[in-house]
Amino acid sequence: MTKQTHAIEHRIISSWISSGASILDLGCGDGELLSLLIRNKQVHAQGIELSEQAIHNCVAAGLSVFQQDIDTGLTEYSDKSVDYVILNQTLQQVKKPDFAIKEALRVGKKVIVGFPNFCYITDRFQIFFRGKVPVTASLPYEWYDTPNLHFLSIADFKDYCKKSHITVEYEAFISKNRTIRFLPNLFGEVGLFLLSK
Amino acid sequence: MEAQKFTEANKPENSEIQTFTFAYPQAELILESGEKLGPITLAYETYGKLNAQKSNAILILHALSGDAHAAGPDGWWSNLIGKGKGIDTDKYFVICSNVIGGCKGSTGPSSTNPKTGKPYGLSFPLISIGDMVQAQKHLIDHLGIERLLAVVGGSMGGMQVLQWMVSYPERISSAIPIATTLKHTPQQIAFNEVGRQAVMSDPDWKNGDYYDSSPPSKGLAVARMIGHITYMSDTSMTEKFGRRTRADKEPFKFAADFEVEGYLRYRSDNFVKRFDANSYLYITKAIDNFNLLNGHSLGSVFKGLKAKVLVLAFKSDWLYPAYQSQETVKACKLAGVDASYCEINSTYGHDSFLLETKQETQLIGDFLKAVANGNGNGNHT
Repeated sequence: MTKQTHAIEHRIISSWISSGASILDLGCGDGELLSLLIRNKQVHAQGIELSEQAIHNCVAAGLSVFQQDIDTGLTEYSDKSVDYVILNQTLQQVKKPDFAIKEALRVGKKVIVGFPNFCYITDRFQIFFRGKVPVTASLPYEWYDTPNLHFLSIADFKDYCKKSHITVEYEAFISKNRTIRFLPNLFGEVGLFLLSK
Repeated sequence: MEAQKFTEANKPENSEIQTFTFAYPQAELILESGEKLGPITLAYETYGKLNAQKSNAILILHALSGDAHAAGPDGWWSNLIGKGKGIDTDKYFVICSNVIGGCKGSTGPSSTNPKTGKPYGLSFPLISIGDMVQAQKHLIDHLGIERLLAVVGGSMGGMQVLQWMVSYPERISSAIPIATTLKHTPQQIAFNEVGRQAVMSDPDWKNGDYYDSSPPSKGLAVARMIGHITYMSDTSMTEKFGRRTRADKEPFKFAADFEVEGYLRYRSDNFVKRFDANSYLYITKAIDNFNLLNGHSLGSVFKGLKAKVLVLAFKSDWLYPAYQSQETVKACKLAGVDASYCEINSTYGHDSFLLETKQETQLIGDFLKAVANGNGNGNHT
């Protein structure tokens, strides 16, 4: 994923979040998004991350971060105790996405989900013409060395929300460093959703 | 020097040990047990300079066998504390004091009881981790420090850090509890009890009244051996000793043939020269009795704490396993405390907090910088 795509992702997420809110970022990485939200939205931020190096970087940035596996759940958080739970570029890497979303919706009043769209036009071309699993800017890994355990499309995710009675309050789609609206399941590289239940 | 038991002979090298005596008659320290103790002397050392705002002070808290001599060439945490190190003495004013109940210059069972003119022995009252911290608070008051930038310690030192978070939350800006627990488990108590039994079964112990004769060195040595085993890991022992044996075998059937046997004997022999057996009993009991959750729910123990907290654990530590640190983290989360948690990859077992310095140093150094600069939550300008 390019830096610009990340910047757009972060800008959209930031626009959905109200000032002074409490945030829990699941799979917060180096804490870039959390630092941005503290700076721009005066949020109270916490991150959960598995990688020791990423934890080091978060601590150096003064962030509150816990080394923890999201797949074990968020048992220490009570229901609706956080304003926004963020699952940005995390969902496709957890063992049980359904469990992660349900836990996020239990703990968070609202949940923000962002993931790479597996049915983006370039991915479709690579599968159709090359007969190969796609390797693109938003899915940059070879099949034998990828952290991604699940591959989903924007349409798949919307179906899932409908089936699980999850309300999609806002959605946004990014392609080639800009937001798009037209045929997002074909032209959207990344899908972002603000959910509630 | 007002310290009672402190002599030039057991003074650590390169130290500039100082003492502070308080809790004089009419103002004795009231211990958690309800008993009174006084006067009390604390032996302490400082490194670096206290700034004009008195805002750069860090209190270091030592473990069971530690003392005030934390930094300097032979300091017990010298790889973490010093010029340009994780706890940088060019930036911070570092304080470390020997705990009460200890035998390295602070008042303990080997000190002279002013009422009798003889060593306290078993007439010394039972002390707690809370009492140790209460005494440290008197020292911090004496040094004129309103708020410590950080309290840092591992193992029993970590318990004191957790106690500071509960007893004097408004006096600390941050806390770093390392490889520690909110309360001792039966397994942890059991290891300490075996150590105490070893001391008390030594005929030289004489109900703690041995200061005029030879001390219970054999018992204390066995206690220390057990301790050492619990501080290491299977991996670290295999790496360090393997099944290697000594070249010069002694004729005695049960000589220390294996290197690990020689190591345990050597380390424990050194230990008994510098440590008082009664202090070992009192301090291990204080550790076993420690229970911050006594009368508190996990969610209420750190309620209202404003300090930033960095909890560290080590993967190979089986004496204070990571789940215990995660319990501390959980308590912080439930209380809405601004906390971070990292489980450091290390093979040294519980000793990691003294040995695994690269990652620990980096994390502590960066965390302290962020605290000193006011980065993170609640600092938006």
